[in-house]
Amino acid sequence: MGAFLHQVASGLALGGVYAIMALALVMIYQATQLINFAQGEMAMFSTYFAWKLMDLGEPYWFAFFATVIASFIGGIVIERLIVRPFAKAPVLASVIVFIGLSLIFNSLAGWLYGYSVTSFDSPFTGRPWFGAGYMSAHEAGAVLVTLCVLALVYAFFRFTPLGLAMRAAAQNPESSRLVGIRVGWMLAIGWGLAAAIGSVAGMMAAPIVYLDPNMMGGVLLYAFAGAVLGGIDSPFGAVFGGVAVGVLGNLIGAYVVGDEVKLSVALAIIIAVLVWRPSGLFGRRLVARV
Amino acid sequence: MINRRRFLQSSAAAAFAAKAGSALAENAPGVTDTEIKIGQTMPYSGPASAYGVIGRSETAYFKMINEQGGVNGRKINLVSLDDAYSPPKTVEQVRRLVEDEKVAFLFNTLGTPPNIAIRQYLNDNKVPQLFVATGAATFADPEHFPWTMGYQPNYQTESKIFGKHILKSKPDAKIAVLYQNDGFGKDYLIGLKEGLGADHAAMVIKEASYETSEPTVDSQIVTLQGSGADVLLIAATPKFAAQAIRKTFDVGWTPVRYMTDVSQSIASVMKPAGLEKSKGVITAIYGKDPTDVRWKDDPGFKEYSAFIAKYMTPKDLIDAFAVYGFGAAATMVQVLKQCGSDLSRANVMRQAANLKDLELPMLLPGIKINTSPTNFSPIRQEALAAFNGESWEQFGELYQA
Amino acid sequence: MADADGALNALVAIAVGIIALAFPFVASGYHLYQGAQVLIFAVALLGLNLLTGFNGQISLGHGAFFAIGGYGTAILMVKFGAPYWAAIPLASVLCFIAGFLFGFPALRFGGLYLALATFALAVATPQILSYKGFDAFTGGSQGLTLAKPQPPSGLGLTADQWLYLVCLACAAALYWAARNLVNGRIGRALVAIRDQPIAAETMGVDAPLYKTTCFGVSALYAGVAGGLSAIAVGFVSPESFGLPLSLAFLVGVVVGGLASLGGALFGALFIEFVPNIADQLTVSFGEGAKALPGAIYGVLLILVMAAMPTGVAGAARALASFLRNEG
Repeated sequence: MGAFLHQVASGLALGGVYAIMALALVMIYQATQLINFAQGEMAMFSTYFAWKLMDLGEPYWFAFFATVIASFIGGIVIERLIVRPFAKAPVLASVIVFIGLSLIFNSLAGWLYGYSVTSFDSPFTGRPWFGAGYMSAHEAGAVLVTLCVLALVYAFFRFTPLGLAMRAAAQNPESSRLVGIRVGWMLAIGWGLAAAIGSVAGMMAAPIVYLDPNMMGGVLLYAFAGAVLGGIDSPFGAVFGGVAVGVLGNLIGAYVVGDEVKLSVALAIIIAVLVWRPSGLFGRRLVARV
Repeated sequence: MINRRRFLQSSAAAAFAAKAGSALAENAPGVTDTEIKIGQTMPYSGPASAYGVIGRSETAYFKMINEQGGVNGRKINLVSLDDAYSPPKTVEQVRRLVEDEKVAFLFNTLGTPPNIAIRQYLNDNKVPQLFVATGAATFADPEHFPWTMGYQPNYQTESKIFGKHILKSKPDAKIAVLYQNDGFGKDYLIGLKEGLGADHAAMVIKEASYETSEPTVDSQIVTLQGSGADVLLIAATPKFAAQAIRKTFDVGWTPVRYMTDVSQSIASVMKPAGLEKSKGVITAIYGKDPTDVRWKDDPGFKEYSAFIAKYMTPKDLIDAFAVYGFGAAATMVQVLKQCGSDLSRANVMRQAANLKDLELPMLLPGIKINTSPTNFSPIRQEALAAFNGESWEQFGELYQA
Repeated sequence: MADADGALNALVAIAVGIIALAFPFVASGYHLYQGAQVLIFAVALLGLNLLTGFNGQISLGHGAFFAIGGYGTAILMVKFGAPYWAAIPLASVLCFIAGFLFGFPALRFGGLYLALATFALAVATPQILSYKGFDAFTGGSQGLTLAKPQPPSGLGLTADQWLYLVCLACAAALYWAARNLVNGRIGRALVAIRDQPIAAETMGVDAPLYKTTCFGVSALYAGVAGGLSAIAVGFVSPESFGLPLSLAFLVGVVVGGLASLGGALFGALFIEFVPNIADQLTVSFGEGAKALPGAIYGVLLILVMAAMPTGVAGAARALASFLRNEG
């Protein structure tokens, strides 16, 4: 029983990180119908930014919020400068651009900071909570932060005028323009928000997976799996999917098949779920007009 | 400008040399009066890019040697190409090095699959493949591959040492193994079982593997804990080794932890894991850790840090891979020195197989490099050491494999 | 106008053919190896283009079928002693079946989800290849080493030249087959399914059959390429078939030009040589910049997409029609 709870607990902690990344993916997808393959590398780069600030002596929370703000601005800049020009181009051209972006961020991080593994502080220190070491203090803190982020994002979209404008711009760009919403800027802000919450994911992941330029590759993979599982056009679904992937992945790896086929099992699950529910568990069913 | 007289002179000289027989073998391609051109491939990009520092440190080391006058009047020109750890790319780059760049030989190419991919080609073309940067046992095979030589203690030997130590210190141990799902990790598993011996192989009660594309090994550690083992072998690269060490502490599991020497860097593994949490971890070491305070006044370490200060960037000082490159390059320079004026490929190979009791600044005191025509593993000694929260404390005697 | 187009295309094809045939007799061993790699990539890109360009099914996982072809060929040659000219076709039949089977679940989900599912396939491939249950066949992490195919005696060719010519013959044959496929009824059906799936079905096109078969054929092409790659490199291991390979295929298809068979050659040239160019460009940044080629490659990708969003073939077409209209 103890081992089972351990697996669930560590699955929850990382699952929270997957959930935040999946949410970032969904935000961009809802606005642009594109999957941002560079999301992970952007998050990693933001995390290095935070690390550099702390290296220069800044306290954790200052570095944290400075990074979130800087990532927000960075996301807007990337959208305006690099993503916007391809809005009219074929979808796959944008995919190539994202691949290019992730290569750029990865190499830049390697060049600026080297490839050695570095430690990244956590604001949550001290003895593990809940005794028996099911969850370290940081892991519990990460889960809390995940919940906070989700609550904030939900509140933003549901209860603020800006959030409403963004939802409108994503769902119906033409009508939104008619109502006076600056759709272009809504997209940019969407990217900024996604980059900001991605940076939170990175900073929560780093104390667990440790900081190096290739840190987010695996995380992004499971975030994709979570988004697919839950439905790429459903924020709630993506979050659920992320957490589910974290927990289920651990359990299946530990109890059902060995860890050496964990990835293949993840693949098989994705395909199985999609065959059964092609839009993911909570995605919208698409009805096409003939 | 070759005038007729010089031409006749030199062709006469060449004819004479040819008649004189093979006493003066031709210098390898890439060797001129002023330069020795050698080549390597390194994963500067892609999943193994952390090892790229090795190439950088070797390039810097040769630059230092060149500034001191080179070897026997010749400067060393290292052409280091990126293969992204992809064997097809390695083949392409190595062919380019041999056929286009015309290097004299290959030095410290990195990775087991990349080196296997090029081994037959290099042996067929009699190009030395020296000091391959991998601990796979298959590269010390002079009988089948006389032009290929290893360098560091091989992984199987190291875990054999662990196995023997476990038998000696904890004969009733129940052993769990965490291993990377590739040649590196699997070699550790094989070596451990060999060290334990066939009749004790059942001491290994649980194995768990991971892929490098996974974010963490936390789940594997929990699984291993569930087996009730009291000894854990961590055959993992730095990032995952750090995670494993931290997680074992966090879940309240206290097995005796053995770890691969690849992850012995205090700065990159013990510190991220947590110095307190890493206490008691045992590894096999052959080099000095640059962050270990006991080497502060050691002349070898001072030599190394002077090198870093002048030729690399400050953050490279603590990088264990920079130490590795520093040592490998020094070994290479020794071989070249021993070649004297005969820089044919055959002689380079002969001298590489003729290293006697070579000591390097960053090798542990007492460890010497030795090679012979039947021994293609230059470094075969290691010492067991335990981490005491601050540095690696050696214990026991030097093991020789 | 169509005649002029056709004549121009034929001229270009002949020119390319002559260059390709003359190449092995003027180039040295290493460059021949690169030439063979270009042809191998071109075959894989042809297959991927059939699926993604003409039939609209996005696959980010073609490295997996390339791997099946490579390992299949290696296992047949090393463990069963088959000669390469039998091993490669056999392995590619295996790939066809694998692709066909994968096509079935792919029917249920489209577009984006297929992209993500194939992405997961690409990531899982090295793990599947190193699964210890298969070690007896795959050689585990040591991989399998293959002997290089020797030219038939009496032709006076080196092994490198022979290998290149074998790749050239395969590429030419498969290109010709793809051309016929695309220009015929099947090709039109594929395009119809891509652009107007429901209308196509109401017109009587058996979409599921076409789509799964297209997947199979596309996998077959990737398998041939993988087999050729195995004998060219002389070695297979799980590391040879990771995610970067699948992504490179996608880059090649898009840069070359979707739904353009001729674009496959451009795409192949791009993914083979541009990373090397990026390497050269960073030399001027000094020694610390060894990591930068990746960033340069990324920047080049973005610039190429900005300049030619429909790929080289698309740009060539636009240029041709521009010239035609002006003239």
